Amino acid sequence: MPVNPELVGRDFPPTTPYLVGREKVREFARAVFTDDPQHIDPAAALALGYADVVAPPTFAIVVTDATLQQLLGEPDSGIVLKNVLHAEQKFRYSRPIVAGDELTAKLSVTGIRAMGAAAMVTTESEITDAEGGHVVTTTSILLVGEGDE
Amino acid sequence: MSASTASVIGPLAVGDVVAERTVHLTRESLVRYAGASGDFNPIHYRDDVASAVGLPGVLAHGMLTMGLAVGTIEPWLGDTGRILEYGVRFTKPVVVDPETGADVTVVAKVGAVDEASARIDLTVSFEGATVLVKAQVRVRTA
Repeated sequence: MPVNPELVGRDFPPTTPYLVGREKVREFARAVFTDDPQHIDPAAALALGYADVVAPPTFAIVVTDATLQQLLGEPDSGIVLKNVLHAEQKFRYSRPIVAGDELTAKLSVTGIRAMGAAAMVTTESEITDAEGGHVVTTTSILLVGEGDE
Repeated sequence: MSASTASVIGPLAVGDVVAERTVHLTRESLVRYAGASGDFNPIHYRDDVASAVGLPGVLAHGMLTMGLAVGTIEPWLGDTGRILEYGVRFTKPVVVDPETGADVTVVAKVGAVDEASARIDLTVSFEGATVLVKAQVRVRTA
């Protein structure tokens, strides 16, 4: 199996806070073909009870990029980006991400199992706001194949 | 932060189609998503790299397909704060031709209903084949 099973349970530090910008939300919304006013127009978001434009549901993946980099940066992980396929993705929300949020992600590797010559790696990133409140948890299942850089 | 005070959604019946659309992807769409998301894996914009790793062509990012799929239900939903959970399995790649692009079709149907929430099942297809499996959104309806 290409992946080090000792990654499970390893303690990763919280990521550097990610400040969600209004223009980033608009840019991302356009890129995923969602032009709903809540993503574009602060007044529309305010009418729904949010302080600023609301990020599309899958924007959380942008915030978790730092945790993927943590995983790839572990010298003993055995994980090389070009061998990684995204097999499953799930988000569990307490609330949507809103422009102005300062978000931190905490990575944990919750499962690794062999699958032929490859490994299925399950990672979870818990995203919290500046007050420590839960925003969203992302769960990614990665199929990691063999091979060097 | 307060969630929406918008009225209750429904009534819903299992099998109801709540939204559907076809999104035309081009290579420009992929470059735009790469920039917006920070995912610069070259298999999403370089034919030579895609073929070198054995792919049939340049592929759409799985997260782009996942993002546009859930975007289909937003006008119906009204407030994305109603989304409690969203998950997919990536099964087949969406190959985006440099000249003709790719059409991704999304149909959103009610899969299950309980008192306060509903499960919306997204059927996402490209060239007649399903590209996301178990694409399910659990939404708050009350």
